[in-house]
Amino acid sequence: MSMFEGFRFRRVSSVIHRLDPRVKFFFVCVLFVTAILFGKLPPLILLFFVPLPFVFMAGVQREWIRSMRGALFFAVIIFLFNFVFTYFYTQYPQVPSASLLERSLAMTLRFLVLVESFSVFFLTTSPDHLGLALEQSHVPYEFCFAFTTAVRFVPVLAEEAQTIMDAQKARGLELERGNFLKRVRNYIPILIPLIVGAIRRSLELAEAMESRAWGASEKRTNLYVLKLKNTDYLLAFVSVLMLIFAVYVWLYVPIPSLTTLLRL
Amino acid sequence: MIEVKDLYFVYPTGVEALKGITLTIDDGEFLAIMGQNGAGKTTLVKHFNGLLKSTKGEVVVDGVSTREVSVAQLARKVGFVFQNPDHQLFCETVEEEVAFALRNFGFEENAIKKRVDWALNLLDVTQYRQTSPFMLSGGERKRVALASVLAWDPQVVILDEPTIGQDHQQKEKLRQFIVQLNAQKKTVIIVTHDVEFVAECNPRVVLMTEGKIVAEGLAEEILTNQKLVAQASIVPPQITQIFLGLPDLGLPTNVIDVHEARRILLDILEGAPHEHV
Repeated sequence: MSMFEGFRFRRVSSVIHRLDPRVKFFFVCVLFVTAILFGKLPPLILLFFVPLPFVFMAGVQREWIRSMRGALFFAVIIFLFNFVFTYFYTQYPQVPSASLLERSLAMTLRFLVLVESFSVFFLTTSPDHLGLALEQSHVPYEFCFAFTTAVRFVPVLAEEAQTIMDAQKARGLELERGNFLKRVRNYIPILIPLIVGAIRRSLELAEAMESRAWGASEKRTNLYVLKLKNTDYLLAFVSVLMLIFAVYVWLYVPIPSLTTLLRL
Repeated sequence: MIEVKDLYFVYPTGVEALKGITLTIDDGEFLAIMGQNGAGKTTLVKHFNGLLKSTKGEVVVDGVSTREVSVAQLARKVGFVFQNPDHQLFCETVEEEVAFALRNFGFEENAIKKRVDWALNLLDVTQYRQTSPFMLSGGERKRVALASVLAWDPQVVILDEPTIGQDHQQKEKLRQFIVQLNAQKKTVIIVTHDVEFVAECNPRVVLMTEGKIVAEGLAEEILTNQKLVAQASIVPPQITQIFLGLPDLGLPTNVIDVHEARRILLDILEGAPHEHV
């Protein structure tokens, strides 16, 4: 769960928090594309350090570290899968080569870069801002609303799940008892009230929204309108440069692997 | 017997919910824990069946520290009925719902059947035996939740906000029911801010504000103390408010019972000197 903790927005303000979410999202997408373009270790190591200044400027180091720690489990799995399967497929029964190790590490680092950049985005963008950004990118309002509502209800549901767990434990349910199948079955008394509650809540929400004339006017206006500031233009410019640079390097510059670099 | 010794509790979010609670609850006692929202009432009672473990200090139930036993073991002795029945109902029929805890505690099938019959009858929900709990009304769901806890006959029964969403008739039934439980030497603990309900039941009251106990005593002492109730953001029962608002008549200020108030007023109307008991 801790990986998701790292995606939860906390209401603080900083230069990074105040950036336009559309530009921030574009920047994250550039990082994403760049990470996908390169499969060698050196550029990915470089890429890993790119979002770090943003983390520090936004002052979300602790949350960021938590999300990285959460991602570590999946990172280990990705590494093992890459290493073990590629080894048995290509090199068995020889001794695994250094390049195989490097390739597996690169794949793992690619995953970490993706988690890192998206975590920075979600940690510094409020759900309201995100909804606003979607709306002003001409996504239909119904979708924007559904999206922001879903995001907003995540902590509510988490709290409810805890209460339900307490209520069932108070009736003698032991979640950690029995073999694997039994343990999975132990969660039925938690899941059913949670799902029923969520459905009931969504119906109530729909009624409450409609009684407040939701969707009555075709053309909706917003109290807050997103407007690009100088810092936003700067980040957009940097992102475009990064993208051009990355594509150029990918097309024309042969990238040495770390093993060859070390050998030089 | 439940002993709470200098209990502190801090939630993982850093909120200090309990700050040095010391309290003894005797066997067979009827206790109401009152106070405003966020005073720490529910946090306190969640320590009684081990759902929460203290940050500092300890809670001892029947001579055993709640740290040393599992929730399931404690739940056998301490039944906890949650505020919202929707947080626990999940079975296909009411009958199954009531049997759920009994199965968890490892009762024999024969005993389960008997106890389910008994609990359904006790809470007047036998006619819904084969109905889905989700099809019942709010009050009925609450009764099913209560039946599902009482079925294993715990020594201590904790009711979290039992009167919320209940009509007057149901509240009266609940009151009679609690009195009945108490008469069977069960310890009954209610968490509530329903002042009128407490005034009618007249239990021992523990008043909490901001994670601390500010007063304990009989309901008629606590609920009629204007300073105390204001501190805990509650108001005295309506009948007390009337008596407090008529200082010229020389009425007693510690009346919470409607029948007693009626007698005093009748005495005054008839010109007879009254004696407050």
